[in-house]
Amino acid sequence: MANPKPDELVQIGYQAPPRDWMDTPADFRKGTYCYSALAKNLTYLGLPNPREWQPFDADWKLPPDWKETILKGMKERLEKYRSFRLFMDICVRCGACADKCHFYLGSGDARNMPVLRAELMRSVYRRYFTLAGRLFGRLAGARDLTEDVLKEWFYYFYQCTECRRCSVFCPYGIDTAEITMMARELMTLVGVNINWVLEPAANCFRTGNHLGIQPHGFKDSVDFAVDELEELTGVRVDASINRKGAEVLLVVPSADYFGSPHYYTFLGYLALLHEVGLDYTFSAYASEGGNFGLFTSHEMIKRLNAKIYAEAKRLGVKWILGGECGHMWRVLHQYMDTMNGPADFLEVPVSPVTGTRFENARSTKMVHICEFTADLIHEGKIKLDPSRNDHWNVTFHDSCNPARALGMLEEPRYILRNVVRQFHEMPEGTIREQTFCCGSGSGLGTDENFEMRMRGGLPRANAVKYVKEKYGVNLLACMCAIDKATLPPLLEYWVPGVEVAGIHELVGNALVMRGEKERNTDLRGEPIAEAAHA
Amino acid sequence: MKESSGTSGLARPLEALAAVTAIAALAAAASAVPGVREAIAIGVPYAAFAALALGLCWRVVRWSLVPVPFHIPTVCGQQKSLPWIRSSRLESPDTAAGVAGRMALEVFAFRSLFRHTESRLESGPRLIYREARWLWLAAIAFHWSMLVILVRHLRLFVDPPPAPAVWLDRLDGFFQVGAPVFYLSDGLILLALLYLFQRRLRRPLVRYISLFTDYFALCLLLGIAVTGIWMRYIARTDVVAVKQFAISLTVFAPVVPKSAGAWFYAHLALVSTLAAWLPFSKLMHLGGVFLSPTRNLANDSRMRRHVNPWNYPVKVHTYEEWEQEFHDKIAAAGLPLEKR
Repeated sequence: MANPKPDELVQIGYQAPPRDWMDTPADFRKGTYCYSALAKNLTYLGLPNPREWQPFDADWKLPPDWKETILKGMKERLEKYRSFRLFMDICVRCGACADKCHFYLGSGDARNMPVLRAELMRSVYRRYFTLAGRLFGRLAGARDLTEDVLKEWFYYFYQCTECRRCSVFCPYGIDTAEITMMARELMTLVGVNINWVLEPAANCFRTGNHLGIQPHGFKDSVDFAVDELEELTGVRVDASINRKGAEVLLVVPSADYFGSPHYYTFLGYLALLHEVGLDYTFSAYASEGGNFGLFTSHEMIKRLNAKIYAEAKRLGVKWILGGECGHMWRVLHQYMDTMNGPADFLEVPVSPVTGTRFENARSTKMVHICEFTADLIHEGKIKLDPSRNDHWNVTFHDSCNPARALGMLEEPRYILRNVVRQFHEMPEGTIREQTFCCGSGSGLGTDENFEMRMRGGLPRANAVKYVKEKYGVNLLACMCAIDKATLPPLLEYWVPGVEVAGIHELVGNALVMRGEKERNTDLRGEPIAEAAHA
Repeated sequence: MKESSGTSGLARPLEALAAVTAIAALAAAASAVPGVREAIAIGVPYAAFAALALGLCWRVVRWSLVPVPFHIPTVCGQQKSLPWIRSSRLESPDTAAGVAGRMALEVFAFRSLFRHTESRLESGPRLIYREARWLWLAAIAFHWSMLVILVRHLRLFVDPPPAPAVWLDRLDGFFQVGAPVFYLSDGLILLALLYLFQRRLRRPLVRYISLFTDYFALCLLLGIAVTGIWMRYIARTDVVAVKQFAISLTVFAPVVPKSAGAWFYAHLALVSTLAAWLPFSKLMHLGGVFLSPTRNLANDSRMRRHVNPWNYPVKVHTYEEWEQEFHDKIAAAGLPLEKR
């Protein structure tokens, strides 16, 4: 079946459905959901109920005691997570969150309003865990947990990208991502999960990265990048792997060395870190910063994240530097230290180039590369020629997690203003803490989910369209690996003619390296604008 | 499908309205019956406020006993990182004072609701987001009026009335309209509640998500406001008698008033219903907002380690296992090995 065209997709009603949502089972329409996780991935990770099944099957082959398992799991989590219990209890259904969700804006499906997405779970909570729900049932907004309800959970909790935009607007800070995370954890208990999340998780657990690249493959990729960078710049850089005694461990999302346009950002890191002479090493064991555990369960986050500190300790580095990635940074910023810390074997990060002590990372000991680079620029340690980016007219997409988990808003903008000469912000209400998700985060970026991704990405793409038409923007800069993978098809669909790049690709273009040859091309190998030669 | 589940219909709001009217009417009628009157005047309020006190404690204690395993603030401003980048102390606080400020803004000014926008999809396609402050305005008008009214009521329970209650009384009656003087808060609370009620009813999607309890809360509060206002401006209930009764309740020597009238009993019954129901309802957001981990934690999770009390060891793939599995490939690629 062909994908729907943009002008068909944009016929969105935003109507209240005629029937009560409690009486309407989810409709598994092709193009709006992801396929199930393969049994081998569940088996490898030791997760329950590996089997062959698909969401469109009538029989999901659930274990006979699936209902008890989920209710038991709910009870346990209500006692372990204050967020979960509180967010089940205090919503007043004011509806302020409704049109803050990109999936609601793009689909008009009432159950994509964050309030209703959460009610899918709250109704079950009330039925089994509150007195009113037990006594009054439906009158109190309670309903039984049935197979239809579980299917509805699957459909709608895999139509939430855990972007947390709704929680910015909620008067009580209710965070749908928390509820989605709980729902996905509970579904994982009975073997209901998607392959696009579980395969990267299983790969990452085994080989160290999502793509399943083995150590020699990783070495090849890095070597290849070093050769290519030499070809482009005339400078031979050194990029070591698993080298003990390096000062810094560099952890990047694996897409950086295997995906496009991520790869140009990777070249940017290599050029920059060589130019400032940072003593760093990669790790083939911890060759992934991303963490698809975040989309599976809290336990899986910890299992996949553990290798970063373990490797930092084994290699004897002083601190850790992290590449451009979104959800990776949510885990590093909000979970890593709690789960796998304390990192008392590391030192408070100090930039050997500028002497700046990164006090904001003094406990976790992990610095974001945009913090590192902003400091370099501010201290005047690198030479930049922004005219080399004159072929780009740039806007910046705040990736959800760096914005709403870290508050990293100014660092990337400061870098951009120093490496490009044409920069335009998208409209207020679509950037910074109110930024819109790419629509494919949290493991939903699969081909079979294409229609839903285009719907979810509509608000983001629409803001890009605005700056393209108004200022002639032709490049969307961002600092998230999922963005870099999924925004190109999104923009191609809604606003053709706008490319996607990482921050450090643009840094790499502008960076004047010692001993470089005359630069005629950018890191993509495309000619740079005429004016730059003058 | 059950009748009451019809979302396009008026079943839920009508049921809620009927329930509140029934409570008020029953109380008003029963107050004429000696014996029953005493039960309503004394038994009901004591029971209701015991439920409120115990219920509130139980709910808040229960929430506080649940740990906060992870540090999950929703950050709404620039982080504190490099010294020359100005951080947002209130939207991304990194200190306890900053968190207190953020919470104060949330609790007293409804900061997050103030961000509210409404979206519209125009042809093009073009998504437009407009600032929409009515919901915020109605919410803040309701909550502040409610607070003012509560404090004003202290006049009835304490003799002589505490100074703040007297000041507030004067301020609230600033316009000096009518006799008895018209209170601004009385007008505001009615307007705010009516706005919120019609909003819930008239917007199809808000109606779609509304439960019986959502309407019940609004109807109950409206009922309390209406009976209160009626007593003051129209029925002219004997305030002295009500005050004597209120004080007698506070000293646990209740004396049932002779001349309070049916409206007073309706008001009392509705207030008691609210008190008893509140701890078990969504109105507990009044306590919950303070505990919300996306708001009451500082954005300092890389500066200070957050401890999870139930952190437990998990199965990981260790470096040793990894090296063993890929040993030959690591060796062939010329990468360093722990075991040769």
